[in-house]
Amino acid sequence: MAETAVKNPVMDSVEAQNARALKRLRKRQKRRGDIEKARVKKSKGKHINGSLGGDIAIFILLALLGIFMIFPLYYSIIQSFKPISELFVFPPKLYVVSPTGENFSNLFKVAGNLWVPFSRYVFNSVFITIVITLMHVFVVCCCAYVLSKCPNIPGYKFANQIIVTSMLFTSTATWIMQFVVMAKMGMINTYWALILPNVATSMGLYLMRQNMSTINDAIIDAAKVDGAGAFRTCWQVVIPNQKPAIATLIIFVFQGAWNVQGGALVYKEDLKTLPTIMSQIAAAGIARQGIIYASAVVLMIPPLVIFLIAQSNVMETMANSGMKD
Amino acid sequence: MAKVKEQKAVKPLNTDSKWHYTLHLMKMNQACYWMMAPFFALFILFTAVPVLMSLPLGLTSFNLVQFPHYVGLQNFYSLFVNDDVFLTAVRNTLIFAIFTGPFSYVLSFILAWLINEMNPFLKVFFTFVFYAPSMTPSAFVIWQLVFSGDSYGYLNSVLLDWGIINTAKQWLTDVTYMMTVVIIVQLWMSMGAGFLALRAGFQGIDTSLYEAGAIEGIQNRFQELFTITIPAMGPSLLFAAVLAISGAFTVGSVGAALCGMPSTAYAVHTVMNHAQDYGSIRYEMGYASAICFVLFAVMLICNQVIRNVLSKYTD
Repeated sequence: MAETAVKNPVMDSVEAQNARALKRLRKRQKRRGDIEKARVKKSKGKHINGSLGGDIAIFILLALLGIFMIFPLYYSIIQSFKPISELFVFPPKLYVVSPTGENFSNLFKVAGNLWVPFSRYVFNSVFITIVITLMHVFVVCCCAYVLSKCPNIPGYKFANQIIVTSMLFTSTATWIMQFVVMAKMGMINTYWALILPNVATSMGLYLMRQNMSTINDAIIDAAKVDGAGAFRTCWQVVIPNQKPAIATLIIFVFQGAWNVQGGALVYKEDLKTLPTIMSQIAAAGIARQGIIYASAVVLMIPPLVIFLIAQSNVMETMANSGMKD
Repeated sequence: MAKVKEQKAVKPLNTDSKWHYTLHLMKMNQACYWMMAPFFALFILFTAVPVLMSLPLGLTSFNLVQFPHYVGLQNFYSLFVNDDVFLTAVRNTLIFAIFTGPFSYVLSFILAWLINEMNPFLKVFFTFVFYAPSMTPSAFVIWQLVFSGDSYGYLNSVLLDWGIINTAKQWLTDVTYMMTVVIIVQLWMSMGAGFLALRAGFQGIDTSLYEAGAIEGIQNRFQELFTITIPAMGPSLLFAAVLAISGAFTVGSVGAALCGMPSTAYAVHTVMNHAQDYGSIRYEMGYASAICFVLFAVMLICNQVIRNVLSKYTD
């Protein structure tokens, strides 16, 4: 290569070429040094290919948009702290002059006078939410593993197709048939009517299925060679690598389960859930304006807490950990 | 690949028919079926059976009191020929789908990506901020205040103060503005499940890919996005796309909440509103089912098209 370069008159001299090669090498070394530095910084979450200016620009953009997004949350929280005299000011003020906990204490006063003790509704909601969340995560993870990582079992394509199709189906008439099915099975007015229909939802399954399909096949084959069955591969190899998806799954299912209202399925008073009873309290209308906001804020707290816990635990994850090609 | 080979190797001798082979495969993978069983048992019982039972309702006249009686294709016939409101609703739904679907999809992707560039604390913080409307019940109440038709509405009072307009505009009842207003609010509401799933997708990407990319000479964020991130996110993109489609075609609740139902001159009346109108106000379940069936067919076609497009660009 070097010989032809010397012979070729168009090409530069060997010295110039060497100089340029050296320059490139230095540049590359510097870049590699940068990467090493970035890798050290990585523990603090620094991006390799980013600049400080870019970070600041993105931050400002996100902050401006964020103000619009956080607004309803802010608004319902300040509304819940407004005394009666401020609640009906028109147009509504965006700040509280004299904040008060009155609305919350009124809420619990009303709740304390209910025919069934208030703690019963709290128990119902908490119980149902925990059971649905645990069952959903277990059932969905098992099924998603098969639907993403066992492509040669008969029925694989068909099962996947069903899940996607069911996500697109909406009907105003399905609930009638759901009621018929549950009535036939004698589930009306039991906890089962609140729990079981919410366990097997296709959105969570499809979310997990899509995320699991990014897992490297080699890691699964390795587990198989080591003698792990499908179940063990799923829970000891695949699931630990799926923290971000699991966190998202938990957020979705918790939020859905917490807001389950019995509707037509449960009409026994001591099986009703917290959201049902809160909307019954709020139904008193304008006289309970403050209480409506207070109950909305109280109901919002558990999903918010779960969201923050789940999201902040995701950060330290390493995707495909244990995989080095 | 290794898995396929393994199973071919233990293929039994009596492979005279495809059926035997299938049975054999099923026996080999018994564990897989047991793992699928709990989900599909519940899914079939509480989703598949009710859905399949409600499909034939489109061919009946059913008022929730009397037993449904068969009317053939009459519902579909009157839907497309006699029902002017349905045709308006189809037009509105298509406009909503075209404007909110792709935009909300791209917007949630861009935001999820920008958030991903931040440090861990800010990541959690901004994810929370942008997902907040989905966790706040009746989040669009605030938009009623903003777009309120009197001069106390925030938008009206600001525009009046600045002298841009000289009379208060009826944002929520004037046909000229309603569509735009609802589209804006819809876009704002769309940072929901799809956005969160994309965030998870970004976080699931193997970080060593970025290091490898940097060594290979990637210089900035954009190169990184197009050469590493997007190809690695295929499955999450597909998930968000399915959610975006079903979200875009079933819009209606925002319009109904802001402009009332029915809205002025049916200006923001969508197919979903139409189905709810017949399903839960007039109790003509047969007709409502027919409407939902048409909607479902359109969404299926749309889904197939988008799958084909996305599969070209991702793994």
